[in-house]
Amino acid sequence: MEMLLKLLERNARYTNEQLASMLGTSEDAVAEAIAKYEKEGVLCGYKAIVNWDRLDDEHVTALIELKVTPKPDWGFDDVAERILEFEEVESCYLMSGSYDLAVLLTGRTFKEIAMFVAKRLSTMDSVISTSTHFVLKRYKDAGVFINHKKEDERGSFTL
Amino acid sequence: MDYESLLNERLRNIKPSGIRRFFGIAEQMEDVISLGVGQPDFTTPWHIREAGIESLQRGRTWYTANAGLSELRREISKYYSRRFGVEYDWEKEVLVTVGGSEAIDGAIRAFVGPGDEVLLPEPSFVCYGPLATLSGATVVPIETYEKDNFRLTAEALKSKITDRTKMLILSYPNNPTGAVMRREHLEEIAKVLRGTNILVLSDEIYAELTYGDRHVSMASIEGMRERTIVVSGFSKAYAMTGWRIGYALAPAPIIEAMNKVHQYAIMCAPTMAQYAAIEAMRNGDEDVAYMRNEYNVRRRYIVDGFNKMGLHCFEPEGAFYIFPCIKGTNLSSEEFCERLVKSHAVAVVPGNAFGDCGEGFIRVCYAYSIEHITKALERINAFLDTL
Repeated sequence: MEMLLKLLERNARYTNEQLASMLGTSEDAVAEAIAKYEKEGVLCGYKAIVNWDRLDDEHVTALIELKVTPKPDWGFDDVAERILEFEEVESCYLMSGSYDLAVLLTGRTFKEIAMFVAKRLSTMDSVISTSTHFVLKRYKDAGVFINHKKEDERGSFTL
Repeated sequence: MDYESLLNERLRNIKPSGIRRFFGIAEQMEDVISLGVGQPDFTTPWHIREAGIESLQRGRTWYTANAGLSELRREISKYYSRRFGVEYDWEKEVLVTVGGSEAIDGAIRAFVGPGDEVLLPEPSFVCYGPLATLSGATVVPIETYEKDNFRLTAEALKSKITDRTKMLILSYPNNPTGAVMRREHLEEIAKVLRGTNILVLSDEIYAELTYGDRHVSMASIEGMRERTIVVSGFSKAYAMTGWRIGYALAPAPIIEAMNKVHQYAIMCAPTMAQYAAIEAMRNGDEDVAYMRNEYNVRRRYIVDGFNKMGLHCFEPEGAFYIFPCIKGTNLSSEEFCERLVKSHAVAVVPGNAFGDCGEGFIRVCYAYSIEHITKALERINAFLDTL
Protein backbone atom coordinates (compact mmCIF):
# COMPACT_ATOMS: atom_id res chain seq x y z
CA MET A 1 0.00 0.00 0.00
CA GLU A 2 3.02 2.28 -0.27
CA MET A 3 1.67 3.28 -3.70
CA LEU A 4 -1.46 4.54 -1.91
CA LEU A 5 0.70 7.05 -0.03
CA LYS A 6 2.43 8.13 -3.21
CA LEU A 7 -0.92 8.72 -4.91
CA LEU A 8 -2.30 10.70 -1.96
CA GLU A 9 0.87 12.75 -1.86
CA ARG A 10 0.19 13.70 -5.48
CA ASN A 11 -3.48 14.43 -5.00
CA ALA A 12 -5.17 14.11 -1.62
CA ARG A 13 -8.58 14.58 -3.22
CA TYR A 14 -8.69 11.26 -5.06
CA THR A 15 -11.81 9.48 -3.86
CA ASN A 16 -11.50 6.07 -2.27
CA GLU A 17 -13.29 4.71 -5.30
CA GLN A 18 -10.65 6.16 -7.61
CA LEU A 19 -7.82 4.96 -5.40
CA ALA A 20 -9.28 1.46 -5.24
CA SER A 21 -9.54 1.37 -8.98
CA MET A 22 -5.95 2.58 -9.49
CA LEU A 23 -4.57 0.09 -7.00
CA GLY A 24 -6.72 -2.83 -8.07
CA THR A 25 -8.27 -3.26 -4.64
CA SER A 26 -11.58 -2.55 -2.89
CA GLU A 27 -12.84 0.73 -1.48
CA ASP A 28 -13.02 -0.86 1.94
CA ALA A 29 -9.38 -1.88 1.78
CA VAL A 30 -8.40 1.68 0.82
CA ALA A 31 -10.47 3.19 3.65
CA GLU A 32 -8.95 0.75 6.12
CA ALA A 33 -5.39 1.48 4.99
CA ILE A 34 -5.93 5.24 5.18
CA ALA A 35 -7.41 4.96 8.67
CA LYS A 36 -4.44 2.86 9.77
CA TYR A 37 -1.92 5.30 8.30
CA GLU A 38 -3.70 8.21 9.98
CA LYS A 39 -3.70 6.43 13.32
CA GLU A 40 -0.02 5.58 13.06
CA GLY A 41 0.83 9.16 12.16
CA VAL A 42 2.10 8.23 8.69
CA LEU A 43 -0.57 10.38 7.13
CA CYS A 44 -0.29 13.63 9.09
CA GLY A 45 -2.78 15.84 7.29
CA TYR A 46 -4.20 17.07 3.98
CA LYS A 47 -3.84 20.59 2.61
CA ALA A 48 -4.66 22.56 -0.51
CA ILE A 49 -1.97 24.39 -2.44
CA VAL A 50 -3.35 27.89 -2.95
CA ASN A 51 -1.94 30.50 -5.28
CA TRP A 52 -2.94 33.61 -3.29
CA ASP A 53 -1.33 35.89 -5.86
CA ARG A 54 -4.24 35.13 -8.18
CA LEU A 55 -6.58 36.81 -5.70
CA ASP A 56 -4.50 39.98 -5.27
CA ASP A 57 -4.50 38.98 -1.67
CA GLU A 58 -1.69 40.38 0.47
CA HIS A 59 0.29 37.29 1.24
CA VAL A 60 3.97 37.19 2.00
CA THR A 61 6.12 34.16 2.72
CA ALA A 62 9.63 34.27 4.16
CA LEU A 63 12.29 31.79 5.04
CA ILE A 64 14.06 32.61 8.31
CA GLU A 65 17.42 31.08 9.06
CA LEU A 66 18.01 30.78 12.79
CA LYS A 67 21.25 30.10 14.57
CA VAL A 68 20.51 28.63 17.96
CA THR A 69 22.45 27.51 21.03
CA PRO A 70 21.37 23.96 21.75
CA LYS A 71 20.34 23.21 25.33
CA PRO A 72 22.31 20.55 27.23
CA ASP A 73 19.55 17.96 27.51
CA TRP A 74 17.09 19.11 24.90
CA GLY A 75 19.28 19.92 21.93
CA PHE A 76 17.33 21.99 19.44
CA ASP A 77 13.96 20.45 20.21
CA ASP A 78 13.11 22.77 23.06
CA VAL A 79 13.47 26.00 21.10
CA ALA A 80 11.88 24.42 18.02
CA GLU A 81 8.84 23.39 20.02
CA ARG A 82 8.39 26.92 21.27
CA ILE A 83 8.62 28.27 17.75
CA LEU A 84 5.98 25.80 16.48
CA GLU A 85 3.42 27.37 18.78
CA PHE A 86 3.24 30.58 16.74
CA GLU A 87 0.45 30.26 14.22
CA GLU A 88 2.40 32.37 11.72
CA VAL A 89 4.91 29.53 11.43
CA GLU A 90 4.04 27.33 8.49
CA SER A 91 7.01 24.96 8.57
CA CYS A 92 10.01 24.46 10.81
CA TYR A 93 12.98 22.21 10.08
CA LEU A 94 16.27 21.36 11.77
CA MET A 95 18.97 21.83 9.16
CA SER A 96 22.48 20.66 8.47
CA GLY A 97 24.96 23.32 7.37
CA SER A 98 25.64 26.91 8.34
CA TYR A 99 22.48 27.51 10.37
CA ASP A 100 20.28 25.39 12.60
CA LEU A 101 16.57 25.99 12.16
CA ALA A 102 14.72 26.96 9.00
CA VAL A 103 11.36 28.59 9.68
CA LEU A 104 8.82 29.31 6.95
CA LEU A 105 6.56 32.18 7.90
CA THR A 106 3.51 33.66 6.25
CA GLY A 107 2.09 37.06 6.90
CA ARG A 108 0.17 39.85 5.19
CA THR A 109 3.06 42.28 4.65
CA PHE A 110 6.84 42.38 4.64
CA LYS A 111 6.74 44.60 7.70
CA GLU A 112 4.52 42.22 9.61
CA ILE A 113 6.98 39.40 9.08
CA ALA A 114 10.01 41.57 9.88
CA MET A 115 8.35 42.69 13.13
CA PHE A 116 7.48 39.11 14.04
CA VAL A 117 11.10 38.07 13.60
CA ALA A 118 12.37 41.04 15.58
CA LYS A 119 9.90 40.71 18.43
CA ARG A 120 9.24 36.99 18.73
CA LEU A 121 12.15 35.05 17.30
CA SER A 122 15.24 37.24 17.89
CA THR A 123 14.29 37.76 21.48
CA MET A 124 14.25 34.08 22.42
CA ASP A 125 17.03 33.06 24.82
CA SER A 126 18.78 30.51 22.71
CA VAL A 127 18.53 32.36 19.37
CA ILE A 128 21.94 33.75 18.42
CA SER A 129 21.06 35.32 15.09
CA THR A 130 18.38 35.40 12.39
CA SER A 131 18.46 36.00 8.66
CA THR A 132 15.24 36.71 6.78
CA HIS A 133 14.68 35.85 3.10
CA PHE A 134 11.42 36.85 1.46
CA VAL A 135 9.88 34.66 -1.24
CA LEU A 136 9.42 36.75 -4.40
CA LYS A 137 7.90 34.18 -6.70
CA ARG A 138 6.73 30.60 -6.33
CA TYR A 139 7.45 28.37 -9.31
CA LYS A 140 6.67 24.98 -7.82
CA ASP A 141 5.21 24.10 -4.45
CA ALA A 142 4.86 20.63 -2.95
CA GLY A 143 5.36 19.13 -6.40
CA VAL A 144 2.77 21.37 -8.07
CA PHE A 145 3.59 23.87 -10.79
CA ILE A 146 2.39 27.38 -9.88
CA ASN A 147 1.48 29.75 -12.75
CA HIS A 148 2.81 27.30 -15.27
CA LYS A 149 0.89 24.78 -17.30
CA LYS A 150 2.74 21.93 -18.93
CA GLU A 151 1.47 21.52 -22.48
CA ASP A 152 1.12 18.10 -24.07
CA GLU A 153 3.17 18.53 -27.20
CA ARG A 154 2.47 15.08 -28.55
CA GLY A 155 -0.56 16.09 -30.66
CA SER A 156 -3.85 14.20 -30.71
CA PHE A 157 -2.97 11.11 -32.72
CA THR A 158 -0.24 8.71 -33.59
CA LEU A 159 -0.90 5.12 -34.51
CA MET B 1 3.85 16.61 -64.23
CA ASP B 2 1.47 13.80 -63.58
CA TYR B 3 3.10 12.53 -60.43
CA GLU B 4 0.45 9.89 -59.92
CA SER B 5 1.49 8.13 -63.16
CA LEU B 6 5.13 8.24 -62.08
CA LEU B 7 4.53 6.54 -58.77
CA ASN B 8 6.04 3.20 -57.94
CA GLU B 9 3.23 0.77 -58.82
CA ARG B 10 3.43 -0.92 -55.43
CA LEU B 11 3.20 2.35 -53.55
CA ARG B 12 0.17 3.33 -55.58
CA ASN B 13 -1.51 0.18 -54.38
CA ILE B 14 -1.06 1.17 -50.76
CA LYS B 15 -4.17 3.09 -49.82
CA PRO B 16 -3.81 5.98 -47.39
CA SER B 17 -5.50 5.13 -44.12
CA GLY B 18 -9.24 5.85 -44.20
CA ILE B 19 -9.13 7.40 -40.79
CA ARG B 20 -7.03 10.36 -41.91
CA ARG B 21 -10.21 12.31 -42.54
CA PHE B 22 -11.32 11.68 -39.00
CA PHE B 23 -7.94 12.74 -37.62
CA GLY B 24 -8.33 15.98 -39.59
CA ILE B 25 -11.60 16.75 -37.81
CA ALA B 26 -10.04 16.22 -34.38
CA GLU B 27 -6.92 18.24 -35.14
CA GLN B 28 -9.02 21.27 -36.05
CA MET B 29 -11.12 21.26 -32.91
CA GLU B 30 -10.24 23.17 -29.79
CA ASP B 31 -10.10 21.73 -26.29
CA VAL B 32 -9.96 18.17 -27.50
CA ILE B 33 -8.97 15.72 -24.79
CA SER B 34 -6.95 13.13 -26.60
CA LEU B 35 -6.43 9.51 -25.68
CA GLY B 36 -5.10 8.93 -29.15
CA VAL B 37 -1.33 9.00 -29.08
CA GLY B 38 0.94 6.00 -29.32
CA GLN B 39 3.85 7.08 -27.18
CA PRO B 40 4.81 7.68 -23.55
CA ASP B 41 3.94 10.95 -21.80
CA PHE B 42 7.15 10.75 -19.77
CA THR B 43 10.20 12.58 -21.01
CA THR B 44 13.46 10.69 -21.41
CA PRO B 45 15.06 10.29 -17.95
CA TRP B 46 17.50 13.09 -17.32
CA HIS B 47 20.68 10.99 -17.01
CA ILE B 48 19.96 9.50 -20.45
CA ARG B 49 19.42 12.94 -21.97
CA GLU B 50 22.67 14.04 -20.36
CA ALA B 51 24.55 11.21 -22.04
CA GLY B 52 23.24 12.44 -25.40
CA ILE B 53 24.24 16.02 -24.57
CA GLU B 54 27.66 14.88 -23.41
CA SER B 55 28.30 13.06 -26.68
CA LEU B 56 27.61 16.34 -28.51
CA GLN B 57 29.80 18.32 -26.14
CA ARG B 58 32.63 15.91 -26.73
CA GLY B 59 32.22 16.43 -30.45
CA ARG B 60 31.13 12.89 -31.28
CA THR B 61 29.38 14.02 -34.41
CA TRP B 62 30.68 11.43 -36.90
CA TYR B 63 29.09 8.24 -38.30
CA THR B 64 29.51 5.10 -36.26
CA ALA B 65 30.08 1.59 -37.63
CA ASN B 66 27.09 0.56 -39.78
CA ALA B 67 25.91 -1.97 -37.22
CA GLY B 68 26.23 0.58 -34.39
CA LEU B 69 28.79 1.41 -31.69
CA SER B 70 30.43 -1.75 -30.41
CA GLU B 71 29.85 -0.53 -26.86
CA LEU B 72 26.13 -0.27 -27.49
CA ARG B 73 25.92 -3.65 -29.21
CA ARG B 74 27.68 -5.23 -26.24
CA GLU B 75 25.20 -3.59 -23.86
CA ILE B 76 22.21 -4.72 -25.92
CA SER B 77 23.54 -8.27 -26.00
CA LYS B 78 24.06 -8.26 -22.22
CA TYR B 79 20.65 -6.73 -21.63
CA TYR B 80 18.84 -9.31 -23.71
CA SER B 81 20.56 -12.15 -21.96
CA ARG B 82 19.89 -10.62 -18.53
CA ARG B 83 16.24 -9.76 -19.14
CA PHE B 84 14.98 -12.45 -21.52
CA GLY B 85 17.57 -15.21 -21.34
CA VAL B 86 18.60 -15.29 -24.99
CA GLU B 87 22.25 -14.99 -25.99
CA TYR B 88 23.31 -12.95 -29.03
CA ASP B 89 26.88 -12.41 -30.20
CA TRP B 90 27.29 -8.63 -30.18
CA GLU B 91 29.66 -8.71 -33.15
CA LYS B 92 27.51 -10.66 -35.58
CA GLU B 93 24.00 -10.87 -34.24
CA VAL B 94 23.09 -7.32 -33.21
CA LEU B 95 22.14 -4.45 -35.53
CA VAL B 96 21.43 -0.95 -34.17
CA THR B 97 18.72 0.76 -36.22
CA VAL B 98 16.81 4.02 -36.53
CA GLY B 99 14.03 2.99 -34.18
CA GLY B 100 12.35 -0.38 -34.18
CA SER B 101 10.66 0.82 -37.38
CA GLU B 102 13.82 0.61 -39.44
CA ALA B 103 14.53 -2.87 -38.13
CA ILE B 104 11.04 -3.95 -39.24
CA ASP B 105 11.55 -2.41 -42.67
CA GLY B 106 15.02 -3.95 -43.02
CA ALA B 107 13.87 -7.42 -42.01
CA ILE B 108 10.99 -7.31 -44.48
CA ARG B 109 13.07 -5.91 -47.34
CA ALA B 110 15.88 -8.38 -46.76
CA PHE B 111 13.70 -11.47 -46.88
CA VAL B 112 10.37 -10.79 -48.49
CA GLY B 113 9.63 -10.25 -52.17
CA PRO B 114 7.18 -10.99 -55.00
CA GLY B 115 5.55 -14.38 -54.67
CA ASP B 116 6.01 -14.50 -50.91
CA GLU B 117 3.23 -14.45 -48.40
CA VAL B 118 3.54 -12.62 -45.10
CA LEU B 119 1.22 -13.68 -42.28
CA LEU B 120 -0.05 -10.82 -40.20
CA PRO B 121 -2.20 -11.35 -37.09
CA GLU B 122 -4.67 -8.49 -36.73
CA PRO B 123 -5.58 -6.11 -35.13
CA SER B 124 -2.02 -4.93 -35.50
CA PHE B 125 0.14 -1.86 -35.64
CA VAL B 126 -0.13 -0.26 -39.06
CA CYS B 127 3.36 -0.49 -40.57
CA TYR B 128 3.85 -4.18 -41.36
CA GLY B 129 1.28 -4.60 -44.14
CA PRO B 130 2.31 -1.59 -46.25
CA LEU B 131 6.03 -2.42 -45.92
CA ALA B 132 5.44 -6.01 -47.06
CA THR B 133 3.31 -4.73 -49.95
CA LEU B 134 6.08 -2.32 -50.93
CA SER B 135 8.43 -5.29 -51.02
CA GLY B 136 6.09 -7.01 -53.48
CA ALA B 137 4.80 -9.64 -51.08
CA THR B 138 1.21 -10.63 -50.46
CA VAL B 139 -0.08 -9.84 -46.99
CA VAL B 140 -2.27 -12.53 -45.45
CA PRO B 141 -4.15 -11.22 -42.42
CA ILE B 142 -4.98 -13.63 -39.60
CA GLU B 143 -7.89 -12.42 -37.50
CA THR B 144 -7.56 -12.68 -33.75
CA TYR B 145 -10.52 -12.47 -31.41
CA GLU B 146 -11.42 -11.06 -28.05
CA LYS B 147 -12.57 -14.53 -26.93
CA ASP B 148 -8.92 -15.66 -27.33
CA ASN B 149 -7.69 -12.47 -25.59
CA PHE B 150 -6.51 -11.35 -29.04
CA ARG B 151 -3.80 -14.02 -29.11
CA LEU B 152 -2.70 -15.82 -32.23
CA THR B 153 -3.79 -19.46 -32.02
CA ALA B 154 -2.03 -22.44 -33.59
CA GLU B 155 -5.19 -23.43 -35.51
CA ALA B 156 -5.60 -19.98 -37.05
CA LEU B 157 -1.91 -19.96 -38.01
CA LYS B 158 -2.03 -23.45 -39.54
CA SER B 159 -5.04 -22.58 -41.65
CA LYS B 160 -3.16 -19.74 -43.36
CA ILE B 161 0.19 -21.42 -44.05
CA THR B 162 0.89 -22.26 -47.71
CA ASP B 163 3.98 -23.20 -49.72
CA ARG B 164 4.54 -19.51 -50.27
CA THR B 165 4.54 -18.44 -46.63
CA LYS B 166 7.85 -16.70 -45.96
CA MET B 167 7.32 -14.81 -42.75
CA LEU B 168 5.04 -14.58 -39.72
CA ILE B 169 4.84 -11.23 -38.00
CA LEU B 170 4.28 -11.42 -34.26
CA SER B 171 3.72 -8.26 -32.34
CA TYR B 172 3.21 -8.88 -28.63
CA PRO B 173 2.68 -7.08 -26.28
CA ASN B 174 0.32 -5.75 -28.88
CA ASN B 175 -0.57 -2.31 -30.14
CA PRO B 176 -3.60 -1.74 -30.24
CA THR B 177 -5.07 -4.51 -28.05
CA GLY B 178 -2.61 -4.74 -25.14
CA ALA B 179 -2.63 -8.53 -25.58
CA VAL B 180 0.40 -10.61 -24.61
CA MET B 181 1.51 -14.13 -25.57
CA ARG B 182 2.69 -16.16 -22.60
CA ARG B 183 5.19 -18.97 -22.85
CA GLU B 184 2.50 -21.62 -23.34
CA HIS B 185 0.92 -19.66 -26.19
CA LEU B 186 4.28 -19.15 -27.90
CA GLU B 187 5.00 -22.89 -27.50
CA GLU B 188 1.83 -23.64 -29.47
CA ILE B 189 2.93 -21.37 -32.29
CA ALA B 190 6.47 -22.77 -32.19
CA LYS B 191 5.10 -26.30 -32.59
CA VAL B 192 3.59 -25.27 -35.90
CA LEU B 193 6.72 -23.49 -37.14
CA ARG B 194 9.56 -25.80 -36.08
CA GLY B 195 10.78 -27.75 -39.06
CA THR B 196 9.42 -25.22 -41.58
CA ASN B 197 11.34 -22.52 -43.44
CA ILE B 198 9.13 -19.77 -42.12
CA LEU B 199 10.81 -16.80 -40.46
CA VAL B 200 9.28 -14.98 -37.51
CA LEU B 201 9.57 -11.22 -37.27
CA SER B 202 8.91 -10.71 -33.57
CA ASP B 203 8.33 -7.05 -32.76
CA GLU B 204 8.92 -6.88 -29.02
CA ILE B 205 9.10 -3.11 -28.64
CA TYR B 206 6.69 -3.22 -25.66
CA ALA B 207 8.55 -6.09 -23.94
CA GLU B 208 9.32 -4.01 -20.83
CA LEU B 209 5.70 -2.96 -20.45
CA THR B 210 3.94 -6.04 -19.16
CA TYR B 211 1.86 -5.97 -15.99
CA GLY B 212 1.57 -9.61 -15.05
CA ASP B 213 4.39 -12.02 -15.79
CA ARG B 214 7.57 -10.85 -17.43
CA HIS B 215 7.57 -10.83 -21.24
CA VAL B 216 8.74 -14.05 -22.90
CA SER B 217 10.67 -13.63 -26.12
CA MET B 218 9.81 -15.85 -29.07
CA ALA B 219 13.55 -16.39 -29.52
CA SER B 220 13.73 -18.06 -26.11
CA ILE B 221 11.37 -20.86 -27.17
CA GLU B 222 13.09 -24.08 -28.18
CA GLY B 223 13.97 -24.23 -31.85
CA MET B 224 12.85 -20.66 -32.51
CA ARG B 225 16.04 -18.66 -32.14
CA GLU B 226 17.32 -19.80 -35.53
CA ARG B 227 14.21 -18.56 -37.33
CA THR B 228 13.34 -15.47 -35.30
CA ILE B 229 14.24 -11.84 -35.93
CA VAL B 230 13.69 -9.97 -32.68
CA VAL B 231 12.98 -6.28 -33.15
CA SER B 232 13.00 -3.93 -30.19
CA GLY B 233 14.14 -0.49 -29.17
CA PHE B 234 14.31 2.25 -26.61
CA SER B 235 11.24 4.29 -27.51
CA LYS B 236 8.62 2.75 -25.26
CA ALA B 237 10.60 1.38 -22.32
CA TYR B 238 12.81 4.45 -21.79
CA ALA B 239 10.44 7.10 -23.21
CA MET B 240 12.87 7.80 -26.06
CA THR B 241 10.55 7.93 -29.11
CA GLY B 242 12.14 11.05 -30.58
CA TRP B 243 15.68 9.70 -30.41
CA ARG B 244 14.90 7.09 -33.06
CA ILE B 245 16.95 4.25 -31.74
CA GLY B 246 16.15 0.55 -31.94
CA TYR B 247 17.75 -2.78 -32.78
CA ALA B 248 17.40 -6.19 -34.37
CA LEU B 249 18.69 -9.47 -32.91
CA ALA B 250 18.98 -12.54 -35.11
CA PRO B 251 21.39 -15.24 -36.31
CA ALA B 252 24.45 -13.85 -38.11
CA PRO B 253 23.34 -14.52 -41.73
CA ILE B 254 20.08 -12.65 -41.09
CA ILE B 255 21.82 -9.67 -39.48
CA GLU B 256 24.33 -9.63 -42.32
CA ALA B 257 21.52 -9.42 -44.87
CA MET B 258 19.72 -6.72 -42.91
CA ASN B 259 22.94 -4.78 -42.49
CA LYS B 260 23.28 -4.71 -46.27
CA VAL B 261 19.95 -2.89 -46.58
CA HIS B 262 20.85 -0.73 -43.59
CA GLN B 263 24.27 0.37 -44.88
CA TYR B 264 22.88 1.52 -48.22
CA ALA B 265 19.66 3.06 -46.95
CA ILE B 266 20.67 4.51 -43.60
CA MET B 267 24.44 4.24 -43.00
CA CYS B 268 24.05 4.20 -39.22
CA ALA B 269 21.69 5.21 -36.43
CA PRO B 270 22.19 8.74 -35.00
CA THR B 271 25.40 8.83 -32.98
CA MET B 272 24.21 10.91 -30.01
CA ALA B 273 21.16 8.65 -29.69
CA GLN B 274 23.46 5.64 -29.57
CA TYR B 275 25.41 7.16 -26.69
CA ALA B 276 22.19 7.96 -24.87
CA ALA B 277 21.08 4.37 -25.44
CA ILE B 278 24.26 3.02 -23.83
CA GLU B 279 23.40 5.01 -20.69
CA ALA B 280 19.81 3.71 -20.81
CA MET B 281 20.98 0.09 -20.90
CA ARG B 282 23.54 0.59 -18.14
CA ASN B 283 21.59 2.67 -15.65
CA GLY B 284 17.97 2.74 -16.79
CA ASP B 285 16.40 -0.23 -15.00
CA GLU B 286 14.92 1.88 -12.21
CA ASP B 287 13.42 4.33 -14.68
CA VAL B 288 11.76 1.50 -16.55
CA ALA B 289 10.38 0.02 -13.33
CA TYR B 290 9.04 3.41 -12.24
CA MET B 291 7.26 4.07 -15.54
CA ARG B 292 5.88 0.53 -15.70
CA ASN B 293 4.37 0.98 -12.26
CA GLU B 294 2.84 4.32 -13.25
CA TYR B 295 1.32 2.83 -16.41
CA ASN B 296 -0.05 -0.03 -14.37
CA VAL B 297 -1.89 2.36 -12.01
CA ARG B 298 -3.44 4.10 -15.00
CA ARG B 299 -4.22 0.79 -16.72
CA ARG B 300 -6.26 -0.48 -13.77
CA TYR B 301 -7.99 2.87 -13.47
CA ILE B 302 -9.01 3.18 -17.11
CA VAL B 303 -10.06 -0.47 -17.54
CA ASP B 304 -12.24 -0.12 -14.46
CA GLY B 305 -13.61 3.18 -15.77
CA PHE B 306 -14.65 1.70 -19.12
CA ASN B 307 -16.16 -1.39 -17.58
CA LYS B 308 -18.19 0.76 -15.16
CA MET B 309 -19.50 2.77 -18.13
CA GLY B 310 -20.66 -0.44 -19.73
CA LEU B 311 -18.09 -0.51 -22.52
CA HIS B 312 -16.63 -3.93 -21.96
CA CYS B 313 -12.89 -4.05 -21.97
CA PHE B 314 -10.80 -7.20 -21.91
CA GLU B 315 -7.90 -7.12 -19.45
CA PRO B 316 -4.86 -5.89 -21.39
CA GLU B 317 -1.61 -7.18 -19.93
CA GLY B 318 0.94 -5.19 -21.89
CA ALA B 319 1.79 -1.98 -23.78
CA PHE B 320 -0.26 1.12 -22.86
CA TYR B 321 -3.50 0.65 -24.72
CA ILE B 322 -6.93 -0.72 -23.97
CA PHE B 323 -9.25 -1.98 -26.68
CA PRO B 324 -12.84 -1.66 -25.46
CA CYS B 325 -15.72 -3.15 -27.40
CA ILE B 326 -18.30 -0.60 -28.57
CA LYS B 327 -20.62 -3.00 -30.43
CA GLY B 328 -23.34 -2.41 -27.83
CA THR B 329 -23.76 1.16 -29.06
CA ASN B 330 -24.77 -0.06 -32.55
CA LEU B 331 -22.31 2.38 -34.05
CA SER B 332 -19.39 1.49 -36.27
CA SER B 333 -15.94 2.23 -34.87
CA GLU B 334 -15.55 5.28 -37.09
CA GLU B 335 -19.04 6.60 -36.37
CA PHE B 336 -18.42 6.20 -32.66
CA CYS B 337 -15.10 8.03 -32.77
CA GLU B 338 -16.32 10.77 -35.07
CA ARG B 339 -19.43 11.48 -33.00
CA LEU B 340 -17.46 11.32 -29.78
CA VAL B 341 -14.92 13.86 -30.94
CA LYS B 342 -17.49 16.18 -32.53
CA SER B 343 -19.96 16.21 -29.67
CA HIS B 344 -17.77 15.66 -26.59
CA ALA B 345 -14.28 16.49 -27.83
CA VAL B 346 -12.53 13.27 -26.87
CA ALA B 347 -10.16 11.74 -29.40
CA VAL B 348 -9.72 7.96 -29.55
CA VAL B 349 -8.75 5.78 -32.51
CA PRO B 350 -11.26 3.54 -34.33
CA GLY B 351 -10.30 -0.13 -34.05
CA ASN B 352 -10.61 -0.78 -37.79
CA ALA B 353 -7.52 1.39 -38.33
CA PHE B 354 -5.64 -1.72 -37.19
CA GLY B 355 -7.32 -4.22 -39.50
CA ASP B 356 -10.87 -5.18 -40.47
CA CYS B 357 -11.34 -7.34 -37.40
CA GLY B 358 -10.79 -4.27 -35.23
CA GLU B 359 -14.26 -3.11 -36.27
CA GLY B 360 -16.50 -2.75 -33.22
CA PHE B 361 -13.60 -1.68 -30.99
CA ILE B 362 -11.73 1.51 -30.20
CA ARG B 363 -8.11 1.97 -29.19
CA VAL B 364 -7.61 4.07 -26.09
CA CYS B 365 -4.14 5.01 -24.93
CA TYR B 366 -3.48 5.49 -21.22
CA ALA B 367 -0.09 7.19 -21.46
CA TYR B 368 -1.75 10.21 -19.82
CA SER B 369 -2.08 11.59 -16.30
CA ILE B 370 -4.89 10.30 -14.05
CA GLU B 371 -6.45 13.79 -14.09
CA HIS B 372 -6.47 13.78 -17.91
CA ILE B 373 -7.94 10.27 -18.02
CA THR B 374 -10.58 11.21 -15.45
CA LYS B 375 -11.74 14.15 -17.54
CA ALA B 376 -11.86 12.02 -20.67
CA LEU B 377 -13.84 9.28 -18.92
CA GLU B 378 -16.39 11.85 -17.70
CA ARG B 379 -16.87 13.13 -21.22
CA ILE B 380 -17.16 9.65 -22.72
CA ASN B 381 -19.74 8.77 -20.07
CA ALA B 382 -21.74 11.88 -20.95
CA PHE B 383 -21.47 10.96 -24.63
CA LEU B 384 -22.82 7.46 -23.98
CA ASP B 385 -25.83 9.00 -22.21
CA THR B 386 -26.75 10.83 -25.42
CA LEU B 387 -26.89 7.63 -27.48
